Amino acid sequence: MKLPLLYDVALSLLLARWRQTLVAAVGVTFSITMFIALLSFMSGLNQLLDGLVLNRTPHVRLYNEVKPAPQQPVDRYTAGRKQHNFIRSIKPSDELPRIHNVAAIIAALRHDPRVRGVSPKTQAQVFYNVGTINLTGTISGIEAEEEDRLFAFGDYVVAGNPLSLKTVANSIILGKAAADIMLVNVGDVVQVTTVKGNRVQLKVVGLFQSGLLDIDKVQSYTSLATAQKLLGEANNYITDVQVKLYDFTLAPRLAREYAQRYEVQAIDIQTANSEFETGTFIRTLISYAVGITLLTVAGFGIFNILNMMIYEKMDTIAILKAVGFSGSDVRRLFVAVALAIGLSGGGVGLLCGFGLSALIARVPFHPASLPTVHYYPVNFDPLFYVIGGVFSLVTTYLAGFFPARKASQIDPVVIIRGK
Amino acid sequence: MDTPALEARQLIKYFDDPVRVQVLHGLTFALGRGEFAAVVGKSGCGKSTLLYILSTMDTTYEGELLIDGVPMRGKKEAELARVRNAQIGFVFQFHYLLNEFSVLRNVMLPGEKLAKLSTQEIEHRAYEKLQLLGIEGEALKKPNQLSGGQKQRVAIARALINDPLILMGDEPTGNLDKKNGEIVFDIFKELAETYHQALLIVTHDPEFAAKTHRIIEMEDGRILNGG
Repeated sequence: MKLPLLYDVALSLLLARWRQTLVAAVGVTFSITMFIALLSFMSGLNQLLDGLVLNRTPHVRLYNEVKPAPQQPVDRYTAGRKQHNFIRSIKPSDELPRIHNVAAIIAALRHDPRVRGVSPKTQAQVFYNVGTINLTGTISGIEAEEEDRLFAFGDYVVAGNPLSLKTVANSIILGKAAADIMLVNVGDVVQVTTVKGNRVQLKVVGLFQSGLLDIDKVQSYTSLATAQKLLGEANNYITDVQVKLYDFTLAPRLAREYAQRYEVQAIDIQTANSEFETGTFIRTLISYAVGITLLTVAGFGIFNILNMMIYEKMDTIAILKAVGFSGSDVRRLFVAVALAIGLSGGGVGLLCGFGLSALIARVPFHPASLPTVHYYPVNFDPLFYVIGGVFSLVTTYLAGFFPARKASQIDPVVIIRGK
Repeated sequence: MDTPALEARQLIKYFDDPVRVQVLHGLTFALGRGEFAAVVGKSGCGKSTLLYILSTMDTTYEGELLIDGVPMRGKKEAELARVRNAQIGFVFQFHYLLNEFSVLRNVMLPGEKLAKLSTQEIEHRAYEKLQLLGIEGEALKKPNQLSGGQKQRVAIARALINDPLILMGDEPTGNLDKKNGEIVFDIFKELAETYHQALLIVTHDPEFAAKTHRIIEMEDGRILNGG
């Protein structure tokens, strides 16, 4: 019965000064709204920017670097003798950067419970022939279905159908920028020259746009078999095995594990794209800093209004104490007043924040390099709402606590005798 | 013999600001149940100081204070608040009603704080007290719609809601005109004689004091007579 009575008195105090209460609550509402909208928007942008690279990057990439044999024949011949061999100008042996025994590796990876999927890739260097001019390019032989499933390949194919790679023989999906230079479109035929000098004609079945111009000028895709044919290699010639994990934070550990087990080079996503994580972290930090500043300012507003209310209500506090309310009752009363402002302002703020985020998510946004994006990206993460809610309560509690403590220490005798 | 409602033993009080001044010099007296006493004396003789010590609101004193035979010294602030709530009713010179609440709610507030009875019962009792004071018709008004005399009667009703052991008053008629002052006095007298309510009223008004059962006369922090 005691707490409800205090809440009742708190409510009456709030209603008696409803204009001040409203101003304080609107302050909290405003800051929570901005906090939610800002974080949702920033986080959505972050996801978009990260996705630009991270979506297309395998969590672990297995490959074989071209490099000289670590143990040269002369070392083997002189093994056991007390001598050191100095050899200059070592060259790697005539071997392309293929992964050995790749079929077994892929089969084993597909059985690994931590692995979401595996997509093999064969990289080939080519020249695109435009009349008498040759443009350098890279053709990646891929399994279109797996690539689409794991790395959202289809999102970046702006014309044609990515799965045509599988159904149309000798087909190619050309980088958009390269296609613009060559003045070709879907349905046309381009001629490429392989590093070995073979000329091959490939039918354009799609155009690809990553958003990074330098890549779009060079990179093209074809089927695994076509790429192997371009290189004149057998169908077990694979240069990269791309692994996507369920939990990408395991990538550094698994990269080391795979490198050792399969005797290949392995690079994890964190190492390959460390600068993106840094960027994300700093952007997130800035948005949180701004959001928390807003809430703190609102907290000071509440602090001021409560302080004023306590000065105005000195008589009330004194009489409550004289008729038997203890200091802790008075403290709870004013903390309840502060929390009521925080709860109502914060609750409305969360709703307004959601509304504002939804509004931002409807603003058209057509970046040239991101064909799949039509609206501003907004991340509706419930975590932001939890943080906003908790922080609004904590700020208002603190803002209320100190004036409330002061009120609880008011000596009724001083007030009553002062009259 | 009954335990006195209120007993003071050798109360000593100093004021430290700006210099150390002794205001009470070892006061000793007891107030029985149903006794109607007036404390009189010149301004600055320590009447009000005494009253605030007796009401447990002022705790910086020396000596012993017993309410209903229970020593107040050493009690925590929350315990003292409970004693004030349950056993002491206080009427000030100024009414100190809360303008946010109706008259009825003002009277009910100490009862709700005590929480011994249900809200309906407290409301019923509050009506009874207002009726006793002849202002039940004003129950649903706000205090600022009432006249000074009516406000003071509401304050008395509020002091009575928990059936306190003692009703204390600090110049309760000081701000009232003669007519209203007499009404308030008659109420006090009726409380003492009909309901055997112990009353301790600090007053400047010799006429008021003369009509009470007992006069405690103070001078310079000592009781001259009546103690």
